[in-house]
Amino acid sequence: MSRTIFEKGANGRSGNFLPANDCPVDDLGFAHRREGEIGLPRIGEQDLIRHYVELASKNYHIDKGMYPLGSCTMKYNPVINEEVASLGGFAGLHPLQSEDDVQGALELMYELESDLCEICGMSAFSLQPVAGAHGELAGMMIARDWFRRRGEERKTVLVPDSAHGTNPASVVICGFTPKTIPSNEAGLIDPEVLKQEAGDDTAVLMLTLPNTLGLFEKDIEKIIRIVHDALLEQAEKGIVDYPDYLFDVGALVYMDGANMNALMGIVKPGSIGIDIMHLNLHKTFSTPHGGGGPGAGPVGVLEHLAGLLPVPRVVKKDGRFSLKETSGESIGRVHPWFGNFNVFVKAYAYIKALGGEGLLEVSENAIINANYLMKKVARDYDIKYPGRCMHEFVASGRNLKKFGVKTVDVAKRLLDYGLHAPTVYFPLIVEEALMIEPVETEKKEALDHFADVMAKIAKEAEENPEILHEAPVTTPVRRLDEVAAARCPELSWSGGECLPMEE
Amino acid sequence: MSYVQNTDSDRREMLKETGVSSFEELLEPIDSRLRVDGVLDIGPAMSEAEVASRLGALASANNAASEMISFLGGGIYDRFIPATVRYVLSRSEFYTSYTPYQAEVSQGTLQAIFEYQTMIARLTAMDAANASMYDASTALAEAMLMASVIKRTRRVVIPASLSRRVRAVLDSYAAGKDIVIDEVPFVEDGTIDAGALAEMLSEKTAAVILAQPNYFGMIEDTRKVSGLVHEAGALLIVLADPVSLALIEPPGEYDADIVVGEGQSLGIAQSFGGPLLGFLAAKTPYLRKCPGRLISATEDIDGKRGYTMTLQTREQHIRREKATSNICTNEGLVALAASVYLATLGEDGFREVALQSASKAKTLYGMLEEAGVSLPFGRNFFQEFVITVPGGADAFIARARERGVLAGIPLGKDFPSLGDDAVLVAVTEKRTRKDLELLCDLAAGKGGAV
Amino acid sequence: MVPEECTYTKEHEWVCHEGGIATIGISEYAATELGDIVYIELTEPGSNVKQMDPIGTIEAVKTVAELFSPVSGEIIEVNEAIIEHPEIINRDPVEEGWFLKIRISDPGELDNLFTFEEYSEFLGEQED
Repeated sequence: MSRTIFEKGANGRSGNFLPANDCPVDDLGFAHRREGEIGLPRIGEQDLIRHYVELASKNYHIDKGMYPLGSCTMKYNPVINEEVASLGGFAGLHPLQSEDDVQGALELMYELESDLCEICGMSAFSLQPVAGAHGELAGMMIARDWFRRRGEERKTVLVPDSAHGTNPASVVICGFTPKTIPSNEAGLIDPEVLKQEAGDDTAVLMLTLPNTLGLFEKDIEKIIRIVHDALLEQAEKGIVDYPDYLFDVGALVYMDGANMNALMGIVKPGSIGIDIMHLNLHKTFSTPHGGGGPGAGPVGVLEHLAGLLPVPRVVKKDGRFSLKETSGESIGRVHPWFGNFNVFVKAYAYIKALGGEGLLEVSENAIINANYLMKKVARDYDIKYPGRCMHEFVASGRNLKKFGVKTVDVAKRLLDYGLHAPTVYFPLIVEEALMIEPVETEKKEALDHFADVMAKIAKEAEENPEILHEAPVTTPVRRLDEVAAARCPELSWSGGECLPMEE
Repeated sequence: MSYVQNTDSDRREMLKETGVSSFEELLEPIDSRLRVDGVLDIGPAMSEAEVASRLGALASANNAASEMISFLGGGIYDRFIPATVRYVLSRSEFYTSYTPYQAEVSQGTLQAIFEYQTMIARLTAMDAANASMYDASTALAEAMLMASVIKRTRRVVIPASLSRRVRAVLDSYAAGKDIVIDEVPFVEDGTIDAGALAEMLSEKTAAVILAQPNYFGMIEDTRKVSGLVHEAGALLIVLADPVSLALIEPPGEYDADIVVGEGQSLGIAQSFGGPLLGFLAAKTPYLRKCPGRLISATEDIDGKRGYTMTLQTREQHIRREKATSNICTNEGLVALAASVYLATLGEDGFREVALQSASKAKTLYGMLEEAGVSLPFGRNFFQEFVITVPGGADAFIARARERGVLAGIPLGKDFPSLGDDAVLVAVTEKRTRKDLELLCDLAAGKGGAV
Repeated sequence: MVPEECTYTKEHEWVCHEGGIATIGISEYAATELGDIVYIELTEPGSNVKQMDPIGTIEAVKTVAELFSPVSGEIIEVNEAIIEHPEIINRDPVEEGWFLKIRISDPGELDNLFTFEEYSEFLGEQED
């Protein structure tokens, strides 16, 4: 393995990056000075570049090959977006410059917000949250304050058992208590079960649409109605005209929009009665994941909640853009500035490049690819919820258990074949889960190749399971000792010493 | 433009293999009444050339601080960024990879973050740092929640001089857990009132938050505060500026329990305030309660050194509602930028950045003092300080803007006690003596004419 | 311990009762299912607990299991050895790897638990 940069550059030389100081340094005039060295590297530029290029060679990435991580929407990141996002007129802006100096930036944010509103059927979006989980948090704060302003202290948020872990975690930070709703045998929310679980303490139903099994809730209208009626005992009211009816909502419906890649131009969540949702610009709108971030998790709401969005808001008047810092009802801030602006530029460029028809084409191809791949993978793996899927599906490795092979072995063997593994062991309601999202930018040949490799691995499991237990063997390192790392983690370079964790 | 690669005949073939006759059949679970009617109203597709031109026009409609003489700070600074940072970040091996879930093919990201954790731990002199948070304010908010869990109490003390924006984020996070935030006032030199703090502390105090340097740029007597806080049995959370740590005593040396800060200064573009980089470091006993990812070195089955995510049972994907935080996506690529920045400048170059910033700030202070400009808090600052300009901050800032100078941040609205004439001025290594002279003239009421 | 003389819970804990003191641990099945245990947290001695109160957590690399008290009473001792060396539990869950001892306040509660035979049968159902 590569030595750390500290070993490579402990005593080296580094270059000059600043002009000579034209001010005296002898009288800095402050106390509490640092003594001794920090311990930063001293490495020459060539060795530094070699170090990072060597590290780069040890990463799998989209530009290398298919990345079918379920729920992560690992699509191609157009290179033009990187180029425009790095323009000096965007990258060099300080957030406290005068509005006159940042009209272009404000216009971009304003237009992006309105495009997201159109795509999602919401009345207003705030771009402030910087990640999906951060958007959930902002959304839950909006729900909490909405009830508080109405003088209600509702405590329960209903979360289906197939939900992402961030959902219940975000709920708790806002002082709510999550209550799990079991999925039925079709992998969906059962309206009858929901009716029993929803009550006058229910604040929100937090659902993912399509859900993490890649399924569209076919009873979504009924589900939304039950939640909206939770307090009002109007469940028997019949067909309801949602946009008008929303002013009388009982509880709110929150949609985790992580899977919006399946719905663009097909369903607008706001138009079917979703009250609050977040998007992941780093999924649906093609901004890169950067090995874990930065992302952006804009939060959108219907009209009755618009006043609660985080501040500041971008407003337009007489062709000029400005920032509105206060709003009596707002939840306040979840970020000191406007969110991850650099990510907005990329998402904006992507939306403009594709236009309305292009976004529909994205969702269409995402859905066709997933259904096609499911059909092929189903030849060798269990599919607990067969039938139609949306943009992703969940296979199971449980049919390989009889050979002593687990899903983790399949995942590791895929790495040997030069592919990335799907999301594994999630959602929790599918045993030995392999959650596969092919995304729209992969073409048929790539899907065929992936399915062929999956078939080959299933065959290996039967004929020579040892290969799978040993996998991976072609990667920069093989399976790592996670047990040792958890018992005594080594979290910083100190010559190989770890930190004992028992208290 | 389209990035879809399937052809119409691919699609037909795929639908056929799937066993349906049309795409519409795949949408069977969606009631037709729920479907979008018509095309999304966001305009027609643009060619790449049109996208470039549209974005170019929007960028040109801005006047970037980085192209002007900027004394704006308040958490975001105009600093020199070595070319290595952009080069490494533009490698798609880094920017188009996902969270390192499959460690065997993510060793590049994992080792880079391990090295980042090491640099932050060394900079702060703490036991360990996590893999990154969104920004300083959310890192501070999470540190506050963490302290409340550790101490099982719900009161937190913050300085009245804390940035109002950071305070607003703390309020948003505190509301759900019913945490009460009390403010300790500042005295005439802009630092916190230790006497008042001593009186506010009780066994109900979970933590005291201390900014070093504080929002006014002033250097706090951290040892004194640390003593008071620990005597009361509370935790000390420090919000530290990373560049200042090259010259100022690091928090680990005065017994801080949790340290957070804003990493934007470490090679990150100002970018209208995002993405930023929150760092979070803690003492070992608190690591199990800390938010976010942690990367550990370990060995593979052949005994080869490698890296993996660890202590994952803290996190939302395993512990769900009992997780220490909801954070999932963090600022991975920005943390990589900070590592490349710190490694490029190295021990000596980084110290030089701090030294130039501090010495230039002090030189400007001297010039202003000589010119008779009022400087309410004195000389005990790092690189940022408050000046008061007769005639009002806004008029001064507007006057300076005409000369291509961003003079600073008006403070009167956020801190009424400082008055409408108060301006927060930040000086980084990018400023020259000439820039300082220009600002001084403007503040002294000279040089108004172009 | 003599497995046949002890009682068991649905949560795969074992309880061996002697002279008013219950020693509690997790079954071999539970230890194997969890995999390598990396961290243990237990409620401190001196605490009074009711049946089914949470009394600790057991962590493997990617799972967390909660430990519930099978009986009511006062915790009088915890096994410090497993806190320092959680791997003991995987090696020997039924002897050396015991978790804690509780002075039982309501011996009648033991009657609600599985006997050895009942637990074996329960395990058989789990594996189906």
